[in-house]
Amino acid sequence: MKNPFDLTGKSVFVSGASSGIGKATAVLLSSLGASLTISGRNVQRLDETFQILEGEGHRQIVCDFCDYDDTAAKIADTNKFDGVVYCIGTQKTGVAKSLTANDLKEVFDTNFNAVVNLNTLLFEGKKINKGASVVIVSSIAAYYPEVGNAAYSASKGALSAFAKVLALESAKRKIRVNTVSPAMVRTPLLQKFDVTDEQFAENEKKYPLGYSEPEDVAAAIAFLLSDGARQITGADIKIDGGLTLQ
Amino acid sequence: MEINDFIKKFAAKFEDTDESEFTPETEFQELDEWDSMTALMIIALIRTEYDKKVTAIEIRNCKTIKDLYDLAEAK
Repeated sequence: MKNPFDLTGKSVFVSGASSGIGKATAVLLSSLGASLTISGRNVQRLDETFQILEGEGHRQIVCDFCDYDDTAAKIADTNKFDGVVYCIGTQKTGVAKSLTANDLKEVFDTNFNAVVNLNTLLFEGKKINKGASVVIVSSIAAYYPEVGNAAYSASKGALSAFAKVLALESAKRKIRVNTVSPAMVRTPLLQKFDVTDEQFAENEKKYPLGYSEPEDVAAAIAFLLSDGARQITGADIKIDGGLTLQ
Repeated sequence: MEINDFIKKFAAKFEDTDESEFTPETEFQELDEWDSMTALMIIALIRTEYDKKVTAIEIRNCKTIKDLYDLAEAK
């Protein structure tokens, strides 16, 4: 019997693969047999991910997805994909009542606009195979408030809503679209949160299972990319260590 | 606007229908792949490529690709 979670023969594009969740995802997918195209902004860090991928025939593309011209040129040169993972994000802390248009722009440009633009280039460029699986890394912030997290929350809420419409519109070609929504994950993005080590440790008490590791999110993404999830679309998998149970 | 150019761009919006199936006489609403979403894509195509505005109802009243082309051309 074929292992339904095996990704052998699948071509998968992982954006934001130079660190954190994207990096862990690329490594896991390669170990499950996928043929990868990984992408990120930083040449050196992207290559560090590339060097630890298992198997042969992977590709890497250095690209800043906020640069639309560069993104269009790079995507035009890619092969077709059976899976796509959008793992692009930034964070900026600020209370809701004081948010400025500039704060919003910075966060939305990366978390929402860059993802949607990349997705459009892939679909319009006919780079997405029939039966493909698209996984968008959103966040529990999309529906779970934290003080100071308004811009990030709003951008992820927009992304999760977008994912559902894309799922509906893509179903005709058996293309599935799902989101994963992590809560706190130990990644380099955390440096952008303005908290002390003590606050960080205290906050973990709110998590019945504790904070997650990037590999925990990667595992859920791998599942959604696999044939084991072939009837799952428009869904969201929370990876929150139980945070939102209470 | 030029009809062959229009047909080429029209055809490019389809994923599974062979390009050879698209001619001025093609009754596009009879294509398997045609649905309300394709109609939205064609409205956007006409707006962005030709700066003309057609409505979904107008498209529904067109039979062939040439009818649609003539409709947009007349705008």
